[in-house]
Amino acid sequence: MSRNPGRPLSPHLTIWRWGPHMVVSILHRATGVGMAIVAGLGFIWWLVAAAMGAEAYDGFYKVATSWFGYLVAIGLTWAFFQHLFSALRHFVMDVGAGYELKTNKTAAIATMVGSVIVTLLIWAPILASLAKGAE
Amino acid sequence: MGSGTGIGRVRGLGSAKHGAMHWWRQRVTAVGNLLLATWFVVSLFRLPSLDHATVVGWIGSPLVAVPLVLLTISVFYHLRLGLQVVMEDYVHEEGGKVFFILLLNFYAIGGAALAIFSILKIAFGGVPA
Ligand code: HEM
Ligand code: HEM
Repeated sequence: MSRNPGRPLSPHLTIWRWGPHMVVSILHRATGVGMAIVAGLGFIWWLVAAAMGAEAYDGFYKVATSWFGYLVAIGLTWAFFQHLFSALRHFVMDVGAGYELKTNKTAAIATMVGSVIVTLLIWAPILASLAKGAE
Repeated sequence: MGSGTGIGRVRGLGSAKHGAMHWWRQRVTAVGNLLLATWFVVSLFRLPSLDHATVVGWIGSPLVAVPLVLLTISVFYHLRLGLQVVMEDYVHEEGGKVFFILLLNFYAIGGAALAIFSILKIAFGGVPA
């Protein structure tokens, strides 16, 4: 793109600091890309293995129920709810609402608090019962 | 095409007329995901176990197989649109952009086809539980 160097650039392009709305913006992208690859491949693997029969499914099941499988599952749970809550905020902003500074910031923080709380609520009982089973 | 300023060269050309449709489809599939993916995630956590017999039995029901096929279409369409924008944002060189978007289409269409075929095979009783 040609630019006339004689014309001024906006002076504030490089002057900014992190705010919750930026974190949520980049998290929406990060969780979207993360799910598109990890959840997408996992979903395909799960279904194809199930369709190939009990023996093929065994390979998937072993990985899915290893500590690494649980780690990925917990991560995907958080990513899903972060993306979901942030998308709900997107929908509100798509109709032109929620841009007041305070509302915008509160809603941004709420998506992050919400996704962590829901992830904890889902996984705490599962991990507790796993720990009991392992004893 | 003139050789003036950037704005001068694009003025009057209008938009490519694809942006609004892309944005809208991202929203349509987003609402599809909101319903279907939430149903799917809740169902997964409520299944008594994820062993082969349970999963095959679960997918065997039409009321599971059909939403699961719809979910696959909605999610893979959504992620195709989403990843396309990410690539357009970060891959600036034309050749690389074409390559990555080609790869993305193979992944989205191939992945969805594999998933849907597997769901149907299970649903039509092709997999002994
Ligand atoms: C830490 C800082 C920043 C982060 C994490 C960030 C992240 C992002 C992300 C993820 C998007 C895509 C959002 C979406 O599609 O919903 C975006 C869009 C955008 N950002 Fe930033 N950004 C940052 C700083 C800035 C700055 C400093 C500017 C300009 C001075 C800027 C201007 C824009 C514009 C104009 C768009 C919209 C582009 C479009 O939709 O075509 N951003 N940003
Ligand atoms: C609760 C379900 C979901 C909802 C409501 C939802 C909603 C949205 C919305 C509204 C956008 C557009 C954001 C924008 O225009 O800047 C988006 C982007 C995206 N979504 Fe989703 N989504 C959901 C699930 C998923 C899933 C399961 C995946 C992947 C498997 C995914 C991958 C993506 C990607 C890659 C983007 C592009 C991110 C970007 O451009 O920054 N989404 N989502």
